Amino acid sequence: MSPTTPMSEMSEMTMFTAPAPLPVEPPSGCPFDPPAAFAALRTTQPISKISLPDGSWAWLVTRYADIRTILGDTRFSSDTTVHGYPLSGMTGGPSTRNRGFIRMDPPEHTRLRRMVTREFMVKRVEALRPEIQRITEELCDAMERAEGRTQGGVDLVQALALPVPSLVISLLLGVPYEDHDLFQGLTGTLLSRTVPDDEREAARAELRDYLDRLVTAKEADPGDDILGRLIVEQQRTGELTLPQALNSVRAEGTPIDVAAFAALLLIAGHETTANMISLSALTLMRDPATAEKLRQEPALIRGAVEELLRFHSIIRNGPRRAATADVEVDGHLIRAGEGVVVAVPSGNRDESVFADADRLDVCRPNAQHHVAFGYGIHQCLGQALARVELQVVLGTLLRRFPAMRPAVPVEEIPFRTDMSIYGCHALPVTW
Amino acid sequence: MKITLDADKCCAAGQCVLIAPEVFDQRDEDGVVVLLDAAPPAAQHDAVREAAAICPATVIEVHA
Ligand code: HEM
Repeated sequence: MSPTTPMSEMSEMTMFTAPAPLPVEPPSGCPFDPPAAFAALRTTQPISKISLPDGSWAWLVTRYADIRTILGDTRFSSDTTVHGYPLSGMTGGPSTRNRGFIRMDPPEHTRLRRMVTREFMVKRVEALRPEIQRITEELCDAMERAEGRTQGGVDLVQALALPVPSLVISLLLGVPYEDHDLFQGLTGTLLSRTVPDDEREAARAELRDYLDRLVTAKEADPGDDILGRLIVEQQRTGELTLPQALNSVRAEGTPIDVAAFAALLLIAGHETTANMISLSALTLMRDPATAEKLRQEPALIRGAVEELLRFHSIIRNGPRRAATADVEVDGHLIRAGEGVVVAVPSGNRDESVFADADRLDVCRPNAQHHVAFGYGIHQCLGQALARVELQVVLGTLLRRFPAMRPAVPVEEIPFRTDMSIYGCHALPVTW
Repeated sequence: MKITLDADKCCAAGQCVLIAPEVFDQRDEDGVVVLLDAAPPAAQHDAVREAAAICPATVIEVHA
């Protein structure tokens, strides 16, 4: 639609033609750029209708300022059971059983989030840096020994990007190492947009059963880890019980509540961090000048990670909200009961905030203003951890593998346009 | 410059601590923001304004 289309014509068009689905494909030949449709929407229709896979519709919000307004306003609910929540096409699915606090509103959200905020605060995470460095060096040692390097390449996703966050969160939660393969398989299925619903539900059930068993074991012997502390400090003291309505499937105070925390922390921090690692590593391999600058001045890595978070904006299918009241945003009325899908990649390329937004500039002064971790009270709980993991892994790769490069042409790298979290399914590298 | 906080709203994202560690800290029990210096020296002002602008829960208020 051209910017000059008169209002009356526009509303007729929206009445008679089904709106387009959420754009997900990057422009051809530019796998690092968000869908081209966003730039046009930001100028012509910053709050527009999209259709969802089940035929329903939701508002798509593409401007930075509007995104912050909506995510910062708790009248837009995160509760997937609220009337009008745009569930269709979300890989989380409609399950309301044992939701984590990411799908709750205050006051429950505030209370539950605060039970774990200290585990992810900046000084706690900084104290973990040496351990994260050690995990990374060991995985790099194994990569150096891998034979694949000369035979089609080593898959950086499997060798480094997935294991780092998986090992780190398992360490924090107290999950035994032997169970990692199981987790990676199950979380991959849960987050896929193309897996059939029944398969996804089966994976969800399997993960829930596993976590139930893990929590039961920890109840007998709580370790010095997040799950152990939740059991001792919250579950045993009776703090960790939800109002009956939120917890109707099982009785109050059963281990499942701790398991819901575990599921959220495991899933939220795993593929997100992994995909940021592989996309960022690939970006630096293709930009030798920037890579060299970061090698010369390692202190620049912090700002570089903010810019990479902005640039890649891997969350491609939300966050989503349901309006619980009529709210006017930027002159546009969103009514109670209507769904909203926030386009993080679009907000982070908004030229009114980020000059020359499509360019990667690791020294960009306001990179940290990005909304890659969301905004408002649900802003990523694990952001300090994700930052340190990215700083450590990218810094180590630059130092130890200065000649690393993709082992296949970029056109042959399978990008995750089919997933809620963008990235690459595999990234064969050599050096 | 004078800073006030509405710490009840704090969601412990920790961004202020990353941006202005000499002015903001997080309390040990739950990561909620703590003010180390309510009237920081001029050298800190830019960082404080940046922290206030980025804070996801608009907890930090800066008075000229
Ligand atoms: C680069 C990596 C990551 C990205 C891009 C990311 C992104 C996000 C985003 C956009 C949200 C907001 C969702 C919403 O508003 O509905 C969020 C929430 C959350 N993230 Fe992350 N995340 C990352 C890593 C992590 C890590 C390492 C953890 C730690 C275990 C984690 C745990 C969480 C949790 C628990 C929430 C829910 C917070 C709440 O609802 O209050 N994330 N994340």
